[in-house]
Amino acid sequence: MDKLVQQLLILAFTGLAAGILGALLGLGGGIIITPVLTLLMGLPIQYAIGASVIAVIATSSGATIAYLKDDMLNLRVAMFLEIATTVGAILGAVVTGLVNSSVLYFLFGALLLFSVYNMIRKMMSKGEKLVSVNDDSYAQKLRLNGSYYDKATKQHVDYSVTNVPGGFAMMFGAGLASGLLGIGSGAFKVLAMDTIMKMPLKPSTATSNLMMGVTAAASATVYFFNGAIQPQIAAPLAMGILVGATIGSRIMQYLPTKVLRWIFIPVIGYMGLQMLLKGIGVNI
Amino acid sequence: MDQSTREETEKIELVIGKLLRVGVIISATVILIGMAMFIISGHSGYAGASHPTTPSAILSGVVALKPYAIMMLGLFLLILTPVLRVVVSIYAFFKEKDFLYTAITTVVLVILVIAMFIGYAG
Repeated sequence: MDKLVQQLLILAFTGLAAGILGALLGLGGGIIITPVLTLLMGLPIQYAIGASVIAVIATSSGATIAYLKDDMLNLRVAMFLEIATTVGAILGAVVTGLVNSSVLYFLFGALLLFSVYNMIRKMMSKGEKLVSVNDDSYAQKLRLNGSYYDKATKQHVDYSVTNVPGGFAMMFGAGLASGLLGIGSGAFKVLAMDTIMKMPLKPSTATSNLMMGVTAAASATVYFFNGAIQPQIAAPLAMGILVGATIGSRIMQYLPTKVLRWIFIPVIGYMGLQMLLKGIGVNI
Repeated sequence: MDQSTREETEKIELVIGKLLRVGVIISATVILIGMAMFIISGHSGYAGASHPTTPSAILSGVVALKPYAIMMLGLFLLILTPVLRVVVSIYAFFKEKDFLYTAITTVVLVILVIAMFIGYAG
């Protein structure tokens, strides 16, 4: 086969896999794309980052089309928290270089591992807790409470969110991390909604997908105009991801939340370990 | 969430969903056309491994039907889809008379435009 067509196909299939996993978990898919591009295809890291930004946007746009139709997404939560994320991202990008990035990698990695520990402990003790109904004054004033139809359990779930200031602060941290470290911070976004604000995992994932696209659009222009986005890499990748993200977001609706969490935990654990090791100077 | 808020939200999300879908389909179609031309012709339209990055270079490349320019245009349209979503959300919230969220979403758009400007200016 033609070498050109072969490379385009590899990228499209990488995108397909990344899109499915990304949409399923509310992550950008960089965890699959970056190693394939740098290790397997030997691309320089700046082109991998450029491709990764396009990947985040493709995942977000591909996934949210399906979510909207199925009312999985919480638009108010997304827009309210997006303020914290974008301000954090700008601040992070501006002060980057003033702070030691290895310390940051270590801290954020430790935070992810701590979250994994908390999630496992929670699952061991009482399994998936259903809707917590409480009257959080911020959530009521901002009308953040929502509902979704869970196709796995065939139930209509009304949920309320809690600890809005805590979630807002975590989102600021997520934005800061993406600005400072150049990472898509989908993992932190899901944790802010799922763990801190006690939003159910499926709407948390869907809402994270939407938010990631908006945050990434801001930094994508940088990479687009400085030439880091290579058309022959980004284009096939984006096409694969758009298809993959649509598939992933559909699978997610039918998967039991518990299964979703069992996929989420090792992925976050791996990411946390990777960041922690990067903080002490080991690259895996 | 009370009934009126829920109906309101569903209406907003349906409008946004349709518009975003059109935006994504347009960008994907442009990328696909560029890729098809790249595969069929076997060359990018540009010397070596270079590709156009400035708006004027991309536009003149598109007019000249150069595959890389068309792919870059499609990718740029893809980057704009989340921005489109924010813009449409502002309109939808306003139409539903949810002024709190009209304001919140406008703030998000302003921050986004500032960030894009900082990005473009380097």
